[in-house]
Amino acid sequence: MTSATPSRLPELVSRNAKPLLASWLAHQRASSAARLDLISNSELDDQSKRFLASVEAALNAGSYDDPSSNGWTDARELLREISRSRAIQGFSPNETASFVFSLKQPLFDLVRRELGAQPQQVADETWRISLIVDQLGLFTMEAFQQSREEIIARQQQELLELSTPVVRLWDRILALPLVGTLDSARTQVVMESLLERIVETGSEVAIIDITGVPTVDTLVAQHLLKTVAATRLMGADCIISGIRPQIAQTIVHLGVDLGAVITKATLADAFAVALKMTGASLTSRST
Amino acid sequence: MDRIPILKMGDFLLVTIQVDMHDQLALQLQEDLTARISTDSATGVLIDISSLDVVDSFIGRMIANISAMARVLDAQTVVTGMRPAVAITLVELGMTLEGVLTALNVERGMALLRQKVAAHGE
Repeated sequence: MTSATPSRLPELVSRNAKPLLASWLAHQRASSAARLDLISNSELDDQSKRFLASVEAALNAGSYDDPSSNGWTDARELLREISRSRAIQGFSPNETASFVFSLKQPLFDLVRRELGAQPQQVADETWRISLIVDQLGLFTMEAFQQSREEIIARQQQELLELSTPVVRLWDRILALPLVGTLDSARTQVVMESLLERIVETGSEVAIIDITGVPTVDTLVAQHLLKTVAATRLMGADCIISGIRPQIAQTIVHLGVDLGAVITKATLADAFAVALKMTGASLTSRST
Repeated sequence: MDRIPILKMGDFLLVTIQVDMHDQLALQLQEDLTARISTDSATGVLIDISSLDVVDSFIGRMIANISAMARVLDAQTVVTGMRPAVAITLVELGMTLEGVLTALNVERGMALLRQKVAAHGE
């Protein structure tokens, strides 16, 4: 795929750096993928300029075939950084990739203009450009996806922290309203925060309310039983409330034994039991 | 060899574990405690493990055993002050210590012990 004659690409790009940048920017702006609502003009200018400079440096360093070689380290770093910032700014994968792919047209134009007289060489250089830009494009996609995955992982972590509040209902009574699907990681966080709050507040009763848990399977039931057992080991009692009729049916059908656990249909019922257990009572004032 | 001290408070025996439990120490405690329950004719035992931050399945089983042995000798056992990390570890090890009474701190443990012993004596 490489011709015997040395590539004239480095020289061409160096000599035409300014017009190349201008036509690339024009191409980017003309396409709908530029998303000038998400990124400022000056930022786009700056990113394009820096990237083109690094491409030029890599080409001049002699590695004009393989963008995964050492000569392209700077260019790859820059692309990774750009992909990351675009992932955060909310660009779509398509729009991010077109940053690199839009460089093809200006480069083709340049080659055709400069080497138009030698068709063989035009074909060679065009192939070379295609190869390099495609690889850089793929690299951009990879970096973009990686950044997206990092963002998702971080959001999951934040969700985990947000979704497990332990509230103090009364003197020595805690409540833990669970919302959403329970998995192992989440139950671990739930269990830890509940036990820590029990120590902090010296609570005797903890109410786990599962009104917001959509489904209970054997795994979730087992997690609940573990939490109840750990609470008991700490010297506090645990009540599970908010079991909907369908969930009660599922639990029985699954053969899960909740016999050792105090269960109540609603949080209000559980609270009444908890008050009794701590020796408190509520009476309505008769007027 | 070091031992875990056993203190007598009225009819109850008080054990506070302040050092890291190793297996030999746990076995020694089991011996000493059963001997003391029978010589002092104690009706209740309180084991405070609030300083214990590492447990393994052996220590977990020792706690369960001591409680079961005390029951045979007609004394109630309360384990108090278990830390969250210890509780999670024991549950993950599958040791829920069924039948062992628990309380959040020594004060509540004493109250629970009195209540249980009084109910038992009736």
